[in-house]
Amino acid sequence: MYTASDLRKGLRIKIDTDPYQITEFNFVKPGKGQSLYRCKMRNMITGAQFERTFREVDTFQPADLQEKTMQYLYKEESNYVFMDMESYEQVYLTADQVGDAIHFLLDNLEVDVLLFEDRPIGVTLPNSVDLRVMKAEPWAKGDSVSGNYKPVILETGYKVLVPPFVEEGEKIRVDTRSGEYLTRVKE
Amino acid sequence: MSEGRRLARKKDFLLQRASILAAIRRFFVSRDYMEVETPLRIPAPAPESHIDAIPSDDWFLHTSPELCMKRLLAAGYPRLFQICRCFRGRENGDRHLPEFTLLEWYRAGIDYLELMSECEDLLIGIARDMGKGGEIVYGGKTIGLEKPWERCSVREAFEKHATLSLEEALKNGSFDETMAFEIEPQLGKERPTFLYDYPLSLGALARRKAGDPAFAERFELYIGSMEIVNAFSELTDAEEQRSRFLKEEEERRSMGKRPYPMPERFLRVLPEMPESAGAALGVDRLVMLFTGAAEIRDVVAFAPEDL
Repeated sequence: MYTASDLRKGLRIKIDTDPYQITEFNFVKPGKGQSLYRCKMRNMITGAQFERTFREVDTFQPADLQEKTMQYLYKEESNYVFMDMESYEQVYLTADQVGDAIHFLLDNLEVDVLLFEDRPIGVTLPNSVDLRVMKAEPWAKGDSVSGNYKPVILETGYKVLVPPFVEEGEKIRVDTRSGEYLTRVKE
Repeated sequence: MSEGRRLARKKDFLLQRASILAAIRRFFVSRDYMEVETPLRIPAPAPESHIDAIPSDDWFLHTSPELCMKRLLAAGYPRLFQICRCFRGRENGDRHLPEFTLLEWYRAGIDYLELMSECEDLLIGIARDMGKGGEIVYGGKTIGLEKPWERCSVREAFEKHATLSLEEALKNGSFDETMAFEIEPQLGKERPTFLYDYPLSLGALARRKAGDPAFAERFELYIGSMEIVNAFSELTDAEEQRSRFLKEEEERRSMGKRPYPMPERFLRVLPEMPESAGAALGVDRLVMLFTGAAEIRDVVAFAPEDL
């Protein structure tokens, strides 16, 4: 159990039935008054953000969260199917739970699935993934000095800006946090 | 960041801190105050429901030097000041450290209103010594120091700045939240503000207000929305002091806090203490004001995480 004085940025606690992460934290104490803990927090399931002030007598349960390495298998109707690498058990996440990661999910990719009380609620990708360019305009020779980036479509359907020399069929590395092109990958 | 670089970056703050300490001492010496030192480790802190002393063996580190300084006052030392480290458990934030520096001073024969004037003189004196002239710039605001400073009762502050009245806040238990989030941010923005006459329950060692017994003769000084000084006309009635301590101690224990013994030796000499007023000033916060530092850890060489 946590008390209010354990509150800090990044702490994950359970309120009612949901897990919350503290995103901002401020200790305030008016003269001779009680300690007040003003927190901004995010519901880790719905993403909803709000502000709440706690007092020193408030207590909290830690949120039962764990990350498990899983392999992405395939999309089945509206669900994304992952397999626990240890138990071979399959879990299902919705598009909302997968979030922006859908742009980079390639079959067999290993990811960390976040579980709250053994239920999957989100996924964390490796910081970068390598993806093949499926569609690109050819590189117009002589355009090398312009520095203009061009849009290409990757094998996941994700559209990204790349330097003009990147050709169809090549692999590139993409930063999964910013969604930006990093480098061309030699095969 | 390396230790050397971290401390080098604080050099300006630490130099100004040293000048402020020297200026405080000059001011009190010039007014015939005697500097004293009292023990940091004491057996029986003053029970206050929301201030937690840190245990040290079977005694405690003091949360302020109040009780020992009042015993000196009772013994006939009429003007005393002390600059010392104080310790308060679980206080850590932008304006709080669990170990911090307090200036505390007591003067026989005056009340809290006269003490307000002395606060004005002290801070104006320090500002002059620091070459600040007539104003302080803090948090993007210019705060003029020319006398007289604003005086605003707690009741007026609720009427002016809060969404509910003082009575409503006391009744529904939201006094602290209202003070911290609605009122304090509005105080001392253009010139320093004395907030005065607190409900009696919020001044465990303060004298009852003459003619208005539901209030205590207590004030706080705010500059740039920051609480700098807490002060009051001292309670000298030992019976009443004992019953207020019992009430605070009962509340502490109901919150599951470690019991304090009653400070009997203080209560024994309290009837001999002359009518007087005393103040506590947060030195770290004063340094923040004069240097423009945003956080209290900026103005100390070592915060707990640096040790």
